[in-house]
Amino acid sequence: MSEMKLYEVFIRAKSGLNHRHVGSLHASDAEMALMNARDVYTRRKEGVSIWVVESCHITASNPEHEHEWFDPAEDKVYRHPTFYPLDKEVENM
Amino acid sequence: MYSQGLTDAKGGDEPAELLAEFQAKIDREEKIEPRDWMPEAYRKTLIRQMSQHAHSEIVGQLPEGNWVTRAPSLKRKMILLAKIQDEAGHGLYIYSATETLGVTRDQLNDELLTGKAKYSSIFNYPTLSWADIGAVGWLVDGAAIMNQVPLCRTSYGPYSRSMIRICKEESFHQRQGYEIMTVLARGSKEQKDMAQRALNRFWWPSLMMFGPSDKDSKHSEQSMKWKIKRFTNDELRQKFIDATVPQAEHLGLTVPDPELKWNEQTGHYDHGEIDWNEFVNVIKGNGPCNKERMQARIKAHEEGAWVREAAQQYHANKKSEAA
Ligand SMILES: [Fe+2]
Ligand SMILES: [Fe+2]
Repeated sequence: MSEMKLYEVFIRAKSGLNHRHVGSLHASDAEMALMNARDVYTRRKEGVSIWVVESCHITASNPEHEHEWFDPAEDKVYRHPTFYPLDKEVENM
Repeated sequence: MYSQGLTDAKGGDEPAELLAEFQAKIDREEKIEPRDWMPEAYRKTLIRQMSQHAHSEIVGQLPEGNWVTRAPSLKRKMILLAKIQDEAGHGLYIYSATETLGVTRDQLNDELLTGKAKYSSIFNYPTLSWADIGAVGWLVDGAAIMNQVPLCRTSYGPYSRSMIRICKEESFHQRQGYEIMTVLARGSKEQKDMAQRALNRFWWPSLMMFGPSDKDSKHSEQSMKWKIKRFTNDELRQKFIDATVPQAEHLGLTVPDPELKWNEQTGHYDHGEIDWNEFVNVIKGNGPCNKERMQARIKAHEEGAWVREAAQQYHANKKSEAA
């Protein structure tokens, strides 16, 4: 049998939350992937919404280049509120 | 446990710096993710352990499937079906996680159906009475939980996440089994006897689920170092015995081990020696149901072929319609 396509499954646990990656599964097309995802990943009402994405459509950053890739953010401490000391009287800002 | 037939995976020549960095990461309790560098032996060990685990979930449906049509009430039948369906899901979660290590589902399936891959010895025992379904839930799922809870912290990210999901689902499995045993143990004399016989049949095979004794288990040490495993086989087995004996006593059932007794000094139960010949024999394929289980899997796979083909064809038709 030729392999069915691989899909990544994302589930929104309840309205207002992000869809979150939960795992993957095989299916012949997206519609079937969605049905399989419902049966495999939400048997106990774990979600209110499902996304499926064919795995080959995901482009991922390379973990081996983690450091160089994310280093533009490393020296920008001034993006964090804690960079700005406040006087006691107004410290709840 | 579910990967009790594990053998050593050999590593290649890998740069010492990479290996050291990898170990440091594990020591810092950081998870290893699919695209991270990992030693070949780590990858192989995981593929073997995880696929054996997944196969066990799948084959584990068979002994219970035996009682679906004969469950004593509609309620019991629905519960049993739900549990079996969960096991299919567990198999799928772990297969998916295994595929992130670079093997295909077809490969894994093939290895199971050709007898190349192993699965847990426990599923090669028959379920002769309804009480066996109780014993399976209570003891077999109980032993599985004992093993799977620490696996939630295993070093490989996808395996750990699938274990967390599985553990959430697993506790109803054990409880429904213990409840079956409770009802039988408090029923008529015949029912209580049936529960006792089920315990007699499943006690020792359940202890074997934890795999060979530590003194005979070579791969344990490396797996512990890589934090694939968190406890040794004997440690987990002891935890299981300590937790389960009082549960049997509570039901007025007798654990079939004349040497079993509480040891004040160690704070654990001492127990009799496991029949390791039986264990090795079942792993080798000579258990009471090995052949039957494999035949059932092959039959299901072959008879399900048309469903997979129809799905592919449906997709092809839709694509050509759209074109
Ligand atoms: Fe399971
Ligand atoms: Fe289970």
